[in-house]
Amino acid sequence: MNADHHYVLRLGDDALIAAQRLIQWCTRAPALEEDVALANIALDQLGQARALLTMAGELEGRGRDEDALAYERAESEFGNVLLVELANGDFAFSVAKMLFFGAYQNLLYQELSASAEPTLAGIAAKAVKETAYHVEHAALWTVRLGDGTEESHRRMRSAVDEVWPYTHELFTGDEVTEAASIAVRPESLRPAWSELVDEVLTDATLRRPEDGWAPTGGRTGAHTEDFGYLIGELQVLHRAHPGARW
Amino acid sequence: MSVDTATARAYAAAASVRDPEIRVLSLAELGILRGVEVTADRVVVTITPTYLGCPAMDAIRGDVVDAVLAAGFTDVEIVTSWSPPWTTDWLGDDARDKLRAAGIAPPAHHAGPAGRAVPLVLHRPTPCCPRCGATDTEEIGRFGSTACKALRRCAHCRETFDHFKEI
Repeated sequence: MNADHHYVLRLGDDALIAAQRLIQWCTRAPALEEDVALANIALDQLGQARALLTMAGELEGRGRDEDALAYERAESEFGNVLLVELANGDFAFSVAKMLFFGAYQNLLYQELSASAEPTLAGIAAKAVKETAYHVEHAALWTVRLGDGTEESHRRMRSAVDEVWPYTHELFTGDEVTEAASIAVRPESLRPAWSELVDEVLTDATLRRPEDGWAPTGGRTGAHTEDFGYLIGELQVLHRAHPGARW
Repeated sequence: MSVDTATARAYAAAASVRDPEIRVLSLAELGILRGVEVTADRVVVTITPTYLGCPAMDAIRGDVVDAVLAAGFTDVEIVTSWSPPWTTDWLGDDARDKLRAAGIAPPAHHAGPAGRAVPLVLHRPTPCCPRCGATDTEEIGRFGSTACKALRRCAHCRETFDHFKEI
């Protein structure tokens, strides 16, 4: 197993699928400014995905570029966590996803920016700054909704409760993270993540959900039903017109 | 033509290309042009994009190729480098003045954050209004007309303006 290739491919898949979900908010956000913000955050994620998938292709050494990896793999070959592929739900649900995932990415990229592998360190050093804005944006919304009206509080609380089980997979190591020389141990990110998320939830007058059910499978290609539709939409043009450019 | 002369000419051509989204700045002023090397007739231009997903990169690549070809070279390659990462600290004072004159509040100096996500409040100085200079401005949108800018409003002259975010 080429563990470094698999590891970077997963990071790229996380960013790619997060981008694809976020862009589905385009023209549907609660306000024009938010529409622009979500599209820009999606663009950051897409940029990270492109750099990481390109790197994964080079590590693999079989001539696959970013497009081949994004458009020509089957559902079960994607290694993104389940959290990023979950359907958008209401706005609060998307905010909860953005907060939990952004905080994880930011901490991860901080560690990777010190990587001895120069390409990965360069990508991470850029991405750590971008994701700091994402976390801040999501945190502001979490507080505004959580500490807002009765209805917004109810929605934000329910979103946090529903997304919470999917956060465990972010911090679950396996043989790839054990074997990859360039990997950050996902377990090691959890204490700082908990601290950051707790602070936001407290400010938002929300309680931290109990740990319990912890669905996994995304890393090994066992995805949710919603993921098939997402990949279908992502790949349909390229599959119908291979190599299409405009 | 000596290699040094050729390099200077290729550099000047690439450096003069304007950023497609912030037209008042050249690529050199923006700080994303990291190097130009000439070997025989081949020119290699190294660019460090502002953001990983900067949508202007394809236009920038095309414009640089056109400019270098127009300077008399026949073979141009554009290389993207992520390390060291671009930061708004690479914008010089001249560039900041040009941004302000164009109605864009420049990023604060040395505000390139460590990147650590601090919930709720990232301690950044409040940008002044580029039109009237008032310090009382408020943020309308964290992400403005491009990913690298935020949208703000001046409480004094009531104009909205772009703020080039510190990164």
